[in-house]
Amino acid sequence: MAEEEKLTIIERLGAVDRRYVFLLIAIAVIIPLVLHYATSIPTSEIVQSLFDKIESLPGGSRILISFDYGPSTVPENQPMANAVTRHALEKSHRIYLMALWPTGSRQSQQLIDEIIKVEFPDKVYGVDWIHLGYKAGNQGLINTLLSDFKGMYTTDMSGKPIDSFPMMKDIRTLRDFDLIIGLGSGFPGTKEWIQFAGDPGDIPVGGGTTAVMAPLLYPYYPKQMVGFMGGLQGAAEYEYALVKKYPKYAKRSRIASTTMGPQVTAHLVIVAFIILGNITYLLERRRKRKYR
Amino acid sequence: MIILESQPILTTPVAHAVGVWIASLLTLMIFSFLYKDNPFYKFAEHLFVGISAAYWMTVAFWTTLIPNMIARLWPAHMGGVLPAAVGQPREWIYIIPFAFGIILLTRLVSRIAWLSRWAMGFVIGFAAGTNFTRYLQSDFVSQIHSTMVPLYQPGATTASTIGNIFSQLVVFGGVVSALVYFFFSKEHKGAFGRVARFGIWILMAAFGASFGYTVMARISLLTGRMNYLIQWVKGASW
Repeated sequence: MAEEEKLTIIERLGAVDRRYVFLLIAIAVIIPLVLHYATSIPTSEIVQSLFDKIESLPGGSRILISFDYGPSTVPENQPMANAVTRHALEKSHRIYLMALWPTGSRQSQQLIDEIIKVEFPDKVYGVDWIHLGYKAGNQGLINTLLSDFKGMYTTDMSGKPIDSFPMMKDIRTLRDFDLIIGLGSGFPGTKEWIQFAGDPGDIPVGGGTTAVMAPLLYPYYPKQMVGFMGGLQGAAEYEYALVKKYPKYAKRSRIASTTMGPQVTAHLVIVAFIILGNITYLLERRRKRKYR
Repeated sequence: MIILESQPILTTPVAHAVGVWIASLLTLMIFSFLYKDNPFYKFAEHLFVGISAAYWMTVAFWTTLIPNMIARLWPAHMGGVLPAAVGQPREWIYIIPFAFGIILLTRLVSRIAWLSRWAMGFVIGFAAGTNFTRYLQSDFVSQIHSTMVPLYQPGATTASTIGNIFSQLVVFGGVVSALVYFFFSKEHKGAFGRVARFGIWILMAAFGASFGYTVMARISLLTGRMNYLIQWVKGASW
């Protein structure tokens, strides 16, 4: 009787309604968010390498940042953009914001409104930073920019002639940039920047992608990519490196670190369910063998 | 009028509040699918698909077609759209992509739909040609080069050298054994079979890592939406 009851519980656990799993995951995510539970992720070598590259460039270097994602992956990509932009402007580099995705230009606009205009009001548009916006063409666009940048970007985002901006005067091709940072969540994205700009143009390329894309990008490091942020964790690691070097950003640059808290608790729940699922599976198999 | 004037999204407080309410309610509609399929979910799903398609088309039209083609062919007529183009010389070479764009639309008329194959052929030919060379260089030649790196790095400490040798052997052995698994011209038996079996383990490890990253990505997105909803409930955003 006791054996039968025990087995019933195991069977029930094995066939638990998936909606209970969803509910537990939601609770595991909400509680740390409400309690502001944050975790600091020490910087890995591959992220540190990207940080060191930006850090080592002389002031005034030209960095092209491409926003190849949309609102659906903002939680992962936007903290990367914020951290990299803070670092680049802190080092007095000139940044050029563009997009291979139509939705990317809105994300760069969000960066401008929330970071550049608020934290770096002394930086001048057209001198220290410029918003170039989106152009269609995917990898074909990169291919063209490699030989004729202004042929594609005839104006900035607001329609003003590209040559009216001082920081665009010396830009002829992608080879005139000191670093390209591709922030992406799919095609076209960081991979295409490596294939169509970094490798043929011998231009340093770094970047960051969503975690789904990250395993596809790691093989390019270190020979074809100077550094890389993989998912939210990569963004949190970059924030850690930035705050370590520039403690004044400790309060501002912690979006990714804050959202890594729910990652920890949600993963614990998932791991618990995986262990539970395996135990119930093994017990179920043993029971079937016993009564066969 | 200037195309896509850069401006903050939802500038007034009322517009911002309405935007936050719409976004939050649509998020809840999408989440309702986790309980079961329902009309609210369907509505939000269809709205998303429709708006996405329209947004992509509109942005591509104003940021690429207008400044990169129309303004180059008829600069004198761009006064109300792109003032920077007025006074620029007409660039006749762009009549070619313009013509290709027009004949691509002949797909809509069955009698002359065959014309669109010319434009499509150009697109496919260009994409295949550029992709082939770039993939061959970046994903094949360079990756082979990255797989076979020197085991000994001059100046490295003993500990890092040992670690480096181990890492490089894992990379090289993993690549070779995974390739052996996909070699079906020889039966997977004996030593060859054992290497192929090791290749399966390597592939499984790669799939596991990929799955782990996917879980992390999905939790990140869930965290983003939950954070948005929490701010909405708190009233911090409106």
